[in-house]
Amino acid sequence: MTSATYDTKYAIETRNMHIYYGAFRAVKDVSFGIERNKITALIGPSGCGKSTVLRSFNRMNDLIPGARTEGEVLYHGQNLYAPDVDAVQVRREIGMVFQKPNPFPKSIYDNIAYGPRINGWKGSKAEMDELVERALRGAALWDEVKDDLKKSGLALSGGQQQRLCIARALAVEPEMILMDEPCSALDPISTLKIEELMFELRQNYTIVIVTHNMQQAARASDYTAFFLMDKDDRAGQLIEYDTTSNIFQNPKDKRTEEYISGRFG
Amino acid sequence: MSAETNASSERSTGTLPQGEAVRQNVAQRQRRGRVWEVVLFASTVVGIVILVMLAFNIVNDAFGGIAVQSVVEEEDLTDGRRLEDLSQPELIAILEANLRSRVLRNLERERPLAERDEGELIDIINQEIIKPEVVAIYPLSEFLFNRAAIEAELAEAFPRAELQFKSWLNWNFIVSPMSSNPTQAGIRTAILGTLFLLLLTVLIAFPLGIGAAIYLEEYNADKPFDERSPVGRWLNRTIQRAAGLIETNIYNLSGVPSIIYGILGLAIFVRALEPFTSGAIFGATEGVTANGRTILSAALTMSLLVLPVVIIASQEAIRAVPSSLRQASYGLGATKWQTVWKIVLPNALPGILTGTILAISRAIGETAPLIVIGASTFIVTDPDGLFSKFTVLPLQIYNWTSRPQEEFRAIAAAAIIVLLILLLSLNAAAIMLRNYLRSKRIST
Ligand SMILES: Nc1ncnc2c1ncn2[C@@H]1O[C@H](COP(=O)(O)OP(=O)(O)OP(=O)(O)O)[C@@H](O)[C@H]1O
Ligand SMILES: [Mg+2]
Repeated sequence: MTSATYDTKYAIETRNMHIYYGAFRAVKDVSFGIERNKITALIGPSGCGKSTVLRSFNRMNDLIPGARTEGEVLYHGQNLYAPDVDAVQVRREIGMVFQKPNPFPKSIYDNIAYGPRINGWKGSKAEMDELVERALRGAALWDEVKDDLKKSGLALSGGQQQRLCIARALAVEPEMILMDEPCSALDPISTLKIEELMFELRQNYTIVIVTHNMQQAARASDYTAFFLMDKDDRAGQLIEYDTTSNIFQNPKDKRTEEYISGRFG
Repeated sequence: MSAETNASSERSTGTLPQGEAVRQNVAQRQRRGRVWEVVLFASTVVGIVILVMLAFNIVNDAFGGIAVQSVVEEEDLTDGRRLEDLSQPELIAILEANLRSRVLRNLERERPLAERDEGELIDIINQEIIKPEVVAIYPLSEFLFNRAAIEAELAEAFPRAELQFKSWLNWNFIVSPMSSNPTQAGIRTAILGTLFLLLLTVLIAFPLGIGAAIYLEEYNADKPFDERSPVGRWLNRTIQRAAGLIETNIYNLSGVPSIIYGILGLAIFVRALEPFTSGAIFGATEGVTANGRTILSAALTMSLLVLPVVIIASQEAIRAVPSSLRQASYGLGATKWQTVWKIVLPNALPGILTGTILAISRAIGETAPLIVIGASTFIVTDPDGLFSKFTVLPLQIYNWTSRPQEEFRAIAAAAIIVLLILLLSLNAAAIMLRNYLRSKRIST
């Protein structure tokens, strides 16, 4: 955040993080670091807490009544859950793309302009036009919609909507982008487009993506974290975290191997 | 499949019909469905019949025939000529011949008869000498289908009377103020009172209700005070309990009989807050004579009455906004207020508007609470400010229906038609507004 007391080599580092929904511990004792300007994939069977961990990185869990995070989530060395940290500022710097495309019922243009406007953006109409174009180009959507920016965001196809949501996240120039199964509602071609897009975005952004698609994780990520639910207390834990090639070709944990080879979960 | 069926029958989980039994079973289920269809159709018919009866009743009273009889016939005054054909001196001669000298002197003192033109003189002759009078009125059905009997009856009782069609609902009726003479009485004061009261109620209840709904839906779970200090914890808990109490009781409040709101309004707005609601502390003089029974008191009472429904309708509309939109907004770094103001409210607005307009249009027909807080039943001056006395359409109707003369029943029916038209146009406006807002938001 603003006062970087000490810089770690990670964009985000969790230390002994536990996440609770009321009395239920959904995630326990997660400690790992997300590398800068890399794509990190979170994989694991359903219900193991991937989304929960992802949401803890920009404090979206705060919106769920009764959700609570213990331990530390360090961003530039600053604990995001320290009492003096404002969740709004965290989300301003760490953007999010959701599983289901959720454009606002506004025009494409206004969908993109919304983020900058609420964040105190100042500039002329021409500059906003430019910003909108840059964001749409960044999300590889510009060529498809440039003639009709007044059209409702809801009138786009699912894949276009998802790229609109990515463009919307890019428009506020975050440092990090979190994506929760962004391709689960999309066809293979749209999925490939979004994967290509992630590769381009990697130059400027740190990306964390949750996915159920093993090929996608193997193809499109640099690092992979494998989560699994503890059979006894049903809490998700981090089983193995390594470079994607190591996880997929040379997993150290037997459970990881079983999961990625499809014998499990 | 058959293997499975066998397996399940071995485990004896009952039997499904087979073969011929299937056909019978289907036929039986279809028959049962048709019986219900008839029942549903019958209930629709009953509803429609009741509506038609209501409409017939009102129209039957609001239109119909009247028998008009004059004290002196025009022909008798003019030897068979028409008044319009007479010259001014002839008209003056008729007046001088037929009016008592005292009345004549009064007229002369107002303005000499010789200076008045023909039209004015004819009016005086009509009013003072001919004096047409409604001697009998007949509802529309009788007027149309029982003409012969009516005419026979009239020929006997009022041989000189003339039967004519009368629409009690006419422009004069709408623009004239109240009068104790039913043929001259109008509903101008009541219409203005109703519209004014409605406007004030909307202005009060709308922001209050939407505000409360937003708080209950979006902010209720928040903890505004510092959780780490015991005082903060206590305050947070208290706020949440109060909000919870309100929330669970809003439905009960919306079911409280309206007369009880009237009693509440009488105690609080008319009595306790009289200096405020009569305008005395603002230096208004008019309301002082109304003793706090002003249109402001009525609007406040009506606001209390519709507030629960406005809150419920707004809450439902706000709840219907997909939470994925809120999350998208928060995910971009929006504050709670920005999310509420720019995402939640615009998307909830069509629903809020229809719900609240329907709620408020109910208030148009409310009579009981206004009687309790002491609205005027006979008033001829238009409401012209927050602190004026007033009356409203349903009160006027109530007042007229409780009178013995038949004419009042007829104008009450006419006023009911006006009230219904007002109500229907308000509801239509609500629907149009909703459709407009929807089309504007989603499919541009
Ligand atoms: N809002 C919530 N309230 C209570 N419990 C929740 C909530 N969201 C998730 N959980 C619980 O937390 C656990 C982890 O859920 P999470 O959504 O993080 O799983 P996931 O790994 O993302 O699963 P999936 O792959 O199906 O999306 C689950 O047991 C779930 O029941
Ligand atoms: Mg998930």
